[in-house]
Amino acid sequence: MNFTLTKEQEMVRNVMRDFAEKEVKPIAAEIDETERFPRENVEKMARYNMLGIPFPEEYGGAGGDELAYAIAVEELSKVCATTGVILSAHTSLGCWPIYKYGTEEQKQKYLVPLAKGEKLGAFALTEPNAGTDAAGQQTVAVEDGDNYILNGSKIFITNGGQADVYIVFAMTDRTKGTRGISAFIVEKDFPGFSIGKIEDKMGIRASSTAELIFQNCVVPKENLLGELGKGFKIAMTTLDGGRIGIASQALGIAEGALEETIKYLKERKQFGRPLSKFQGLQWMVADMATEIEAAKFLVYRAAFNKANGLPYNKEAAMAKLFAANTAMDVTTKCVQLHGGYGYTKDYPIERMMRDAKITEIYEGTSQVQQMVIAGNLLR
Amino acid sequence: MNIIVCLKQVPDTNEVKIDPVKGTLIREGVPSIINPDDRNALEEALRIKDANPDTKVTILSMGPPQADVALKEALAMGADEAILLSDRAFAGSDTWATSTAIAGAIKNIGDYDIIFCGRQAIDGDTAQVGPQIAEHLGIPQITYVKELEILDGKVRAKRALEDGYFVIESEMPVLLTAIKELNEPRYPSIKGIYKAYRENKVTVWTANDYEVDRDNIGLDGSPTQVSKSFTPQGKASAVEMLEGSSKEAARALVVRLKERKII
Repeated sequence: MNFTLTKEQEMVRNVMRDFAEKEVKPIAAEIDETERFPRENVEKMARYNMLGIPFPEEYGGAGGDELAYAIAVEELSKVCATTGVILSAHTSLGCWPIYKYGTEEQKQKYLVPLAKGEKLGAFALTEPNAGTDAAGQQTVAVEDGDNYILNGSKIFITNGGQADVYIVFAMTDRTKGTRGISAFIVEKDFPGFSIGKIEDKMGIRASSTAELIFQNCVVPKENLLGELGKGFKIAMTTLDGGRIGIASQALGIAEGALEETIKYLKERKQFGRPLSKFQGLQWMVADMATEIEAAKFLVYRAAFNKANGLPYNKEAAMAKLFAANTAMDVTTKCVQLHGGYGYTKDYPIERMMRDAKITEIYEGTSQVQQMVIAGNLLR
Repeated sequence: MNIIVCLKQVPDTNEVKIDPVKGTLIREGVPSIINPDDRNALEEALRIKDANPDTKVTILSMGPPQADVALKEALAMGADEAILLSDRAFAGSDTWATSTAIAGAIKNIGDYDIIFCGRQAIDGDTAQVGPQIAEHLGIPQITYVKELEILDGKVRAKRALEDGYFVIESEMPVLLTAIKELNEPRYPSIKGIYKAYRENKVTVWTANDYEVDRDNIGLDGSPTQVSKSFTPQGKASAVEMLEGSSKEAARALVVRLKERKII
């Protein structure tokens, strides 16, 4: 067993840390406050091939690997969970299904500009009445000559309204249940496609979370992704990978919060000495650091498995379950350790606590992760 | 155009501690980085290459085999190839011996228009190696460059002074030393990182691989004698530097003032 990163992964970490500190951290509080989508971060990430890390160069990617990508999301999320999820949703949910299931033509047309970062990607599965029960899709796609006509709506779509390319799921045959769901590549300018409500959220406030509306939206037949009726499988396998991204985001949030807190505990004095000298608080720090380390190993193992062609469905679910729980637990304690200051916007810690909560909810709630894990063990 | 960028891997002095007994740097566990001024030199070379794609940027460094990481990073930023002078025979070199070894390597490379160095390395702070290389090679030098223009066969540089600047023109070949005001260095690209390790364009030269004056390299070839190194007593003060953007710093200042019940 080998716990060392490769030299490439090590350098990716250093670069991402430097980039996050200098480019992303300075605007993190402002974009949270104003809910402004950080387009400049997307453009800067594109310049350094950060938007296509795990994909081969021939498809516009950086020629890197899944663990390096996980590390990138982790480092960004230490300072700005919004930027972390923009990268995660784009890479895991927007690009990966095209890489995995797309035809060569679709890869050239869509994956290349996405992986280069010239375009931004998104993934649209959730509907008002199809959340955890994703099989209950009400969006329909009907064949019409050379096209499919889509009708319905999606909600809570990350990068919605900002993305150029959407992976959209719709029922092509209601009688077949999950086998009647198909996946489509939809461009933002396709006729009949529009953006509805943008959510006003508790956390990751600068990430755009949108409603997508399809009213007789015309999608050319060549934009069917994978086989007809295989959409549900595409969605589930895509989410397996997406969970590694969100687990990395959760890990990053927890690490960022602990770093801020350690700094605070050394600076802040009460009863004539720094808070870091109080044993009760030291124990909290020790427990948090241990929890984070455990989360890190689960996340990296899931990414390692994916990179090496090993099964990762259960591993990704465990990583997300544990890392999200860690993020919530650690950020809550870190606010506590900051006392009254932690409750104010003078420190980043309250934002981190608000950001942490979503990691227990999206791309499968913690309860869904438990279902996946148990399903693997009890079948 | 051919540009040679001289680059040094240094311990990150923000993280470094001093051994209280020996008075020397404790290097164990301290991350190594590309010397900051050298990064500015590399960035400027890469900008010249961006504007003139037929430019070749070669990295030249002297150091232990581990310095390979710094050269890979430079390649990931966009340099074309890298040469690492690495040999026990170079160990213990002062600035004279270092510049002798590097100037010899540059002569061996042969074809160059600009030699670009950082002003000084953060672990030694001498600012001597760049100028010495120019003297060894017998070429003009412009130090403390904060702005650079490439003209037809010439360079025009703004050389920073404490209270102003000189505008200096020179024929090429010329040696330039960069200061941080020169530019904002780019990051290595992720694609560049994987490419740098895949293609491995770092060549290692020992003292036997090129012609170098062996009496003037390494510890024995170093005229400098270090009689004592020590940590100067820090001034007793309670100054705290507030970092970040002006908005963040102002915010932190208000917090500090509130904590002390001043406002």
